[in-house]
Amino acid sequence: MKHLRQLEDQSVYILREAYKHFDNLAMLWSMGKDSTVLLWLARKAFFGHVPFPLLHVDTSYKIPAMIEYRDRLAREWHLNLVVGQNKEALAAGMNHTMGRVVCCTALKTNGLKQLLEQKGYTGVILGVRADEEGTRAKERYFSPRDKHGDWDFRDQPPELWDQYKTTFPPGTHIRIHPLLDWTEINIWEYIKLENIPFIDLYLDKGDGTRYRSLGCAPCTTPIKSTAKSVDDIIEELRHTTVAERSGRAQDEGRGMELLRKDGYM
Amino acid sequence: MVFLIILYKGRLTTMDNQTQKPSENLNIVIVGHVDHGKSTLLGRLYADTGSLPDGKLEKVQAICRQQGKEFEYAFLFDAFLEEQEQGITIDTARTFFIWKGRQYIIIDAPGHKEFLKNMISGAARAEAALLLIDALEGVKEQSKKHGYLLSLLGVRQFAVVVNKMDLVGYRQDVFEGIEKEYREFLGQFGAVPERIIPVSAKLGDNIANRSRAMEWYKGPTVLDTLSLFKKETARSEQPLRFPVQDVYKFDARRIIAGRVAAGRLKIGDHLVFSPSNKRANIRSVEAFNIEPVPTGAEAGQSVGITLDEQIFVERGEIATHQDQLPLVSTAFRANLFWLGKRPLEKGRKYLLRVATKEVDCEVAAIHRIIDTMDLAQQQGSSTVGRNQVAELTLRTKTPIAFDLSSSFEATGRFVLVDEYDIAGGGIVTEMVHDDQEFLREEARRRDFAWVKGEVGIEERAQQYGHRAAIVLVTGGRHTGKSFLAKKLEARLVADGRHAYLLDGENLRRGLDADLSETERSQTTEMARRYGEVARLLADTGLIVVSTTNPFGLAYVEAAQAIRTLVHPTPVIAVHMSKTPEEASPNTDIVLSGPTDFDAATRRILEELKKRGVLAQAIGAKPTFQYSI
Repeated sequence: MKHLRQLEDQSVYILREAYKHFDNLAMLWSMGKDSTVLLWLARKAFFGHVPFPLLHVDTSYKIPAMIEYRDRLAREWHLNLVVGQNKEALAAGMNHTMGRVVCCTALKTNGLKQLLEQKGYTGVILGVRADEEGTRAKERYFSPRDKHGDWDFRDQPPELWDQYKTTFPPGTHIRIHPLLDWTEINIWEYIKLENIPFIDLYLDKGDGTRYRSLGCAPCTTPIKSTAKSVDDIIEELRHTTVAERSGRAQDEGRGMELLRKDGYM
Repeated sequence: MVFLIILYKGRLTTMDNQTQKPSENLNIVIVGHVDHGKSTLLGRLYADTGSLPDGKLEKVQAICRQQGKEFEYAFLFDAFLEEQEQGITIDTARTFFIWKGRQYIIIDAPGHKEFLKNMISGAARAEAALLLIDALEGVKEQSKKHGYLLSLLGVRQFAVVVNKMDLVGYRQDVFEGIEKEYREFLGQFGAVPERIIPVSAKLGDNIANRSRAMEWYKGPTVLDTLSLFKKETARSEQPLRFPVQDVYKFDARRIIAGRVAAGRLKIGDHLVFSPSNKRANIRSVEAFNIEPVPTGAEAGQSVGITLDEQIFVERGEIATHQDQLPLVSTAFRANLFWLGKRPLEKGRKYLLRVATKEVDCEVAAIHRIIDTMDLAQQQGSSTVGRNQVAELTLRTKTPIAFDLSSSFEATGRFVLVDEYDIAGGGIVTEMVHDDQEFLREEARRRDFAWVKGEVGIEERAQQYGHRAAIVLVTGGRHTGKSFLAKKLEARLVADGRHAYLLDGENLRRGLDADLSETERSQTTEMARRYGEVARLLADTGLIVVSTTNPFGLAYVEAAQAIRTLVHPTPVIAVHMSKTPEEASPNTDIVLSGPTDFDAATRRILEELKKRGVLAQAIGAKPTFQYSI
């Protein structure tokens, strides 16, 4: 439990730095376990309040239960929810059969970019974790994106002790990653410790499968599992050597590096 | 707990390892010269402890076969295509594994000198380090630089790993030669490694498994050494350091938020905020979803507190107990490493960040550049180049609270921001006494003994609709200072503000009547009296409008003294001159040439709003946070 409080203290510190330095700040919320823990940490940092909007980039292919859960928490926790969607691409019939990287770029990366541009956000808080996949392991807590939203991983700013990059030229923005040091197990341990409400798609409801990572319905497949509670999940993760995102199609080949360079989450 | 260890195809696995609940996290950084095998060591550590996800090893092996190159453990963590193609690590990667009840966050830092800023970013996060040296190549440039920087960054726990022992036939004399040379180098700045371990990361000698080829080595393996590193807990036993991160007023509570950098605090503690010298007792420790409600906090915790009195404190101040105050000055001496794209220059202005304080500063002196190869010192330089280390003196625009890095880690280190980027970092080695020290001490003693009525500053501000401030008009003779001051006073009062013109002449005939002519011509004492009167008026909640007329040409010195005595009341300095001239560094508004007094008045009102004195915040967040 002590290690969870250490992670919490660090994330809270980062969230407060972000709130102090960015006038136009927002947090991405995909309703998955990570960004929901992030949302909970914001309530910790600001003593029950969430003093910035929560953005959801809706691809229209999300699992319906996720949208219900989103709207319920937004109501109960008094959240300022902002939903964005790349309507042009959807109108033109964009879907995963046109290629996964193509579809992710159009509906997620570009959907996000449009939303950031419209609202002029200069700081965006995301729930990415270093242990998810290779390029995320190389992220900074405060990570600049250029005018096109692109990530220059070759020239990342120094990050010393608790001093982060909080000044940036006009037209660029900063991605803020308070969960970098958390692992998948930590997330579930924390959900248990704090009793955070989560979507039951993560649990086996009797058919011997559950989702380990949530994304769009066509590109996310459940894993074989009989975990019916948070305790079961934690127990399962302690023994597994299967990668968390193995059910996520976009990770195949060099998909993630290419996506993230162009501004994917 | 009994560990069941199975040796299978050279791969060490413990049935129990991954299932054991970690009780703590430890951040470890791996550093060293390029190509000395840092990423390989990391890959090996994971493979040998069974910490890799299923199929990861096979996947990378398949990519290697496809590209027609030999598999290397380093490829497991060099995620960028470019890193694998060039065979070097570009940026720090963070990976995790659990071993014997502890979760390790391992930071693999690049060794190429091009990427020193990435190495430093990685090392700055670490609680312990492994420093690699190639047995064949021996101690190289970056081996030394990294060793020196670890010490500068405050990473005191580290082990040296002599890698590629297979390439030197596992010879003990080669190992001992490197050990001797490197220990001597480290000894020059007092660094002592926990262990020096001979290994072959590629072949797995002394990583997780004890090497059969080096029976002469009796010490622990790399994996055992990790277990020897201690979690830093001593910080809680130090005196309290609580830098204010922010002040929130989301609901009825006015919460002072921050992370305890050292020591402990609890409900009822009497806190002093430096450098403002404000004081109050802790009324509550605030938390969300914690039962029972906490009554205190210790080093490392991000918390919020409320005070028993509505005092105005802001980000950057350091709260402590009264008998253990931090240092306060406008100058300090430091050791700095520079990472900026352009060199650090003497006289140039930078933004200094110490804990949560941000303040403009300039480089007052560059004493010497330190060559990290041989620790030779080079004097007489007026710039510090990229990746160089230097000793220098920094001077801040306003006084700040800090500590020496030898006594407190978090409040004894700093970064410099050049334009948009963090371009350097360092540690405070010495406080430099400035000419305001005597007056600052007077102000501190006076503030600590100040007797207050029932009405606090916040209540007054609430009533008046504005905070107290001092507008000080400086400049040479006959520039219109008095005229502007009178005009401003009239405008403020007409707007319903509580403002008062403090004219030096009125002090001269009254308060200063006991002084002889000679004494009256001494700026120091005159300014001291003037400052104390201004301080009293400001305490009544007034906006004091004043000029430096009584001080003639000594106005720069006088203005500085007044500022020190009225601190932390905001001082808005307005400089007037007939022709354009260089104003002193703390000036907020410069008026030169023929003055449009109405426009000048408007500019001062704008400045008062910007500084949060007048309670209308326009546009962006005001510099001062206030609850009215």
